[in-house]
Amino acid sequence: MKEMLDWLDDRTGYRALVKGALYERIPGGARWRYIWGSTLVFAMVVQLITGLVLWSAYSANAQGAWESVWFIQHQMAGGWLLRGIHHYMAQVTVVLLVLHLMQVLIDGAYRAPREVNFWFGLLLLLLVLGLSLTGYLLPWDQKGYWATKVATSIASMTPVVGPSVQQILVGGADYGHHTLTRFFVLHAGVLPAGVALLIVGHIYLFRRHGVTVPKNAASKPDGWFWPEQVLKDSVASLIVMATVLGLVLWSGGADLGAPADPTEPYAAARPDWYFLFLFQWLKYFPAGWEVVGAQIIPGLVLALVAAMPVIGGWKYGHRFNIGVGAALLAGVMMLTWLARAEDAADPDFARAKAEADAMAERAAELASAPPGISAAGGLAMLRADPLTRGPKIFEANCAQCHRFDGHDGLGGQPGEAPSASDLAGFGSREWLAGLLDPDRVATDEYFGATAHVRGRMVRFVQRGVAGFSPDVREDLEKVIMAVSAEAALPGQSALDQAQLAAIEEGRTLIADESINCVRCHTFRDMTEGDVGPVLTGWGSREWMLGMLHDPSDARFYGDDNDRMPSFGVDQSLTPEEMGLVVDWLRGDWVSPPTPEP
Amino acid sequence: MTEQSDETHAIKANGVDTAPADAGPGAGRRSFLTGVSALAVGAVASLAPIGAAIAAVFDPLRRRGGDEGLVLVTRLSAVPEDGTPRKFTVTADRKDAWATYADTPVGAVYLRRVGSDVRALNVVCPHAGCFVGVAPDGSRFACPCHRSSFDLDGAVNDPASPSPRDMDALDVEVRNEDEVWVRFQNFLPGREDKTPV
Repeated sequence: MKEMLDWLDDRTGYRALVKGALYERIPGGARWRYIWGSTLVFAMVVQLITGLVLWSAYSANAQGAWESVWFIQHQMAGGWLLRGIHHYMAQVTVVLLVLHLMQVLIDGAYRAPREVNFWFGLLLLLLVLGLSLTGYLLPWDQKGYWATKVATSIASMTPVVGPSVQQILVGGADYGHHTLTRFFVLHAGVLPAGVALLIVGHIYLFRRHGVTVPKNAASKPDGWFWPEQVLKDSVASLIVMATVLGLVLWSGGADLGAPADPTEPYAAARPDWYFLFLFQWLKYFPAGWEVVGAQIIPGLVLALVAAMPVIGGWKYGHRFNIGVGAALLAGVMMLTWLARAEDAADPDFARAKAEADAMAERAAELASAPPGISAAGGLAMLRADPLTRGPKIFEANCAQCHRFDGHDGLGGQPGEAPSASDLAGFGSREWLAGLLDPDRVATDEYFGATAHVRGRMVRFVQRGVAGFSPDVREDLEKVIMAVSAEAALPGQSALDQAQLAAIEEGRTLIADESINCVRCHTFRDMTEGDVGPVLTGWGSREWMLGMLHDPSDARFYGDDNDRMPSFGVDQSLTPEEMGLVVDWLRGDWVSPPTPEP
Repeated sequence: MTEQSDETHAIKANGVDTAPADAGPGAGRRSFLTGVSALAVGAVASLAPIGAAIAAVFDPLRRRGGDEGLVLVTRLSAVPEDGTPRKFTVTADRKDAWATYADTPVGAVYLRRVGSDVRALNVVCPHAGCFVGVAPDGSRFACPCHRSSFDLDGAVNDPASPSPRDMDALDVEVRNEDEVWVRFQNFLPGREDKTPV
């Protein structure tokens, strides 16, 4: 063994290298205050390892990014943990960098001859912030998409070159595939390479100048990097890792929002928390001054920090620098707090956040349940989801007159009172039973605010049904079951299956003398007077689509149609949109697979 | 100025290695010419890859924003008659790098009736590109990001509003009585003039 190692050393000189790396003399001995740099190296290595593995499962294109991150997060063994560590270690790195910078400031470790190393450190801070910014977009979810739009908009405000810079960054005139390929090469190629080079330079210069020994330690005996300082560094790294793991477990892992959608508002757009101060800062700059707020002032502040090694050489320079550092830190914390406080006090933001969370959850749910994500991608999947789109279409097109369970579909209240039936549960036995209830048929829930309140149906319910004997009432129950079974609601299918006999009986009772629906309605081949909407297939998808297409058709209200628009004939809704709102009303959407009991 | 001389200097200063204490190998007129030649040949050798790389990096500058011309957005009957703005998704054919998408969502507009006219506003905030919303009471447009505020015509209505210009109005045409066609375009944010991307 020894011979082999001798041979290796003879060819490579590795022993001198290891010795040089480990047996560094530390004047005044190992100290806890020297750990910051090492924890950062540890953090960077963690990011490199987790990042490389994430890369092995990530696809940088607009139809693969969200999808592949979803897969990492929800399907890959340990994927959520891997992504969680990468996500939170990035945040902890920013904190560690600021602490390291503060340590350097307080100890005066930036003064001659260490100026260049201070600048290296500052550049590292900027590169790490660049990594955060580019990494935020990569999942291609709503949060990253809208936050990054703001960031690249700010880049475009740079005088003269701004629009070109933005276009080069974005990879074209619009956000798309090339935005991701470009951000990814920055995030996983250019910036990490820069970080690696700077770290090598940083450590080289650090070794060249040695630690900045505090005054009170100068008289203490010297120590060694290995193993005394390394032990302290390892303990510190363990604490960093424990913190990150704690954050991952406490939060349940990194967020993944709904897929990016340029056509859907995202009112909860905020940058990651360590950029919140800049976000808040921008609010204070009126039109025409954005460049000052977003670029000139931050640039000047950066220049001032970069000048600290020079300023530190002056008489009160060091104190001035510490003052500036403390003021900057306080300012940043203050702005961050303000941003948080304003959002916390804003009910609109809370609503937007809740909506975004619900969308994210639904997207993940859809992706998990069959049929899952098709080749068209996650956004197409979400856009084809009745539960997601239905209420919005309802709110925009139906809620002027109708309600859904008393609201506009999205939980709001339109300005005007309802003037048509409440469509929650349309097609169900409960809905029909309400319609046939003498006390309810003429209320706002049903025909109360429509022209039909003076029609034959209301008269039939209020006079006829109200006077039914208990026997006929029982028959009516079966008729309700039979008509409702026509709707074939997914939520009622088990019940319909179980009561086939009663439903079959109901079907004959529809034409029975005592109830006699077919006096006005057509049911299958039975009809006496075709006045009201046909009951064949009543409430089914096909029936409802027909109703939406043209309620004035003879199959439905014919000439008796009150005010319902013919959405299909007018083409004010597309067939796709009509399908979505109908499926939503019928409760026909993809549900997450229920776990086996 | 070359990297080599810097390195030599650093090594000497560090005292790790012992470079010749005299003029060193790089001195003299002949060496100077050799050095210049070395750099020149190296530069020529690198020309093609660097040139190709620069061309590719700057390629996006050749791309223009999608001006699909007028696209059919909706029917007049879907725009509220009372002048309330309503959001509509704009779908158009779009080419994104290598892929062509037929009839895909490319953006959104607020449509609003003013008398017999239909007005269209791009939903994107001219300040920093967020999605402008309608205030809960429906009286104005409000951007959720940096508090830009616009009246229902899209004009900035608050002196503290950070938006440098009004919301971007888009050309609208009503064809065949009830088809609302809009020339959908995005504009550069953060500037007073309305420049298409």
